[in-house]
Amino acid sequence: MNLRRFFTRTPSAPAARDRLQLLLAHERASAGGSDLLAKLRDEILLAIAKHVQIDGDKVSVKMERGAQVSTLAVDIEIPFEAAAKKAA
Amino acid sequence: MGKVIVVTSGKGGVGKTTSSAALGAALAHDGDKVVVVDFDVGLRNLDLIMGAERRVVYDLVNVIQGEAKLTQALIRDKRLETLYLLPASQTRDKDNLTAEGVEKVITALKSVFDWVICDSPAGIERGATLAMRHADIAIVVTNPEVSSVRDSDRIIGLLDSKTLKAENGERMEKHLLLTRYDHARAERGDMLKVDDVLEILSIPLLGIIPESMEVLRASNLGAPVTLADERSVPAVAYFQAARRLKGEDLPITIPGERRGFFGKMFGRKAA
Repeated sequence: MNLRRFFTRTPSAPAARDRLQLLLAHERASAGGSDLLAKLRDEILLAIAKHVQIDGDKVSVKMERGAQVSTLAVDIEIPFEAAAKKAA
Repeated sequence: MGKVIVVTSGKGGVGKTTSSAALGAALAHDGDKVVVVDFDVGLRNLDLIMGAERRVVYDLVNVIQGEAKLTQALIRDKRLETLYLLPASQTRDKDNLTAEGVEKVITALKSVFDWVICDSPAGIERGATLAMRHADIAIVVTNPEVSSVRDSDRIIGLLDSKTLKAENGERMEKHLLLTRYDHARAERGDMLKVDDVLEILSIPLLGIIPESMEVLRASNLGAPVTLADERSVPAVAYFQAARRLKGEDLPITIPGERRGFFGKMFGRKAA
């Protein structure tokens, strides 16, 4: 490492602390069986599976756990035939 | 009746065995009767760290299976006559540890020794849960590093739910032992500080052990770090931690920290 990089490098410990605090807040909640995000994910998928045969490869679930807000994005490709059959 | 201590961490390689041996020797140094029990069946190492690897005849699993008496399996330290080791089995798998067997052994040891120190294996499987099951006091060994802190948090959760104390509605006494701490790196902002780890895990601090060449040196020699060189920095830190375990109210010092006159007057208090 050259000298300039040494002096301009930002400390990494605050990032470690913040990441841990956020992660552990979520992990402690889920240890008590109250992981809302995971529950929603499972129930949403169950609800959809009732109506459409879901192909595992065509489902994309993304979760982002934040300090104030978490997001859950469920992206499912529903084939045209399946949708049409249900409608008929 | 002796006190049962579990030395645990979740993560491997953070210093459980080093700390078990060092604290055991520090407590025995004052004349207390101490036994250190290796729960890491299949991957025992406490015998090596304590320099007794060539004297292992019977082990914990032999005792549990009734193939050897407890007194036959205990190995007395060559340097301290009140320090004993109960080795783990190297060949059997950990399913040979039964809950009833462990309970019998711990009960027997408690009636003879002042301190029964259970050196837990890494992980959260059978060996680790049995090591903590009968504990009165838990020492959570943590490095100032994200994966170690996360695993310690998980272990604290288990200590509060899967131990006899927890199941009886009692409170488990838990202490944090921060190991491999590098004061200079923490000051530069490149390592979690003591207060960061304390704030996240929120259990009281038993001691801070600095990253030190002495630890490897002691393990090379097969001596607990508190016996290899009593006056080395990590040894002093372990001796202080042992005194705190016995209830002494010693201020915690950060090894490697240069302290001025005022710093010395207003020392940090154990949380």
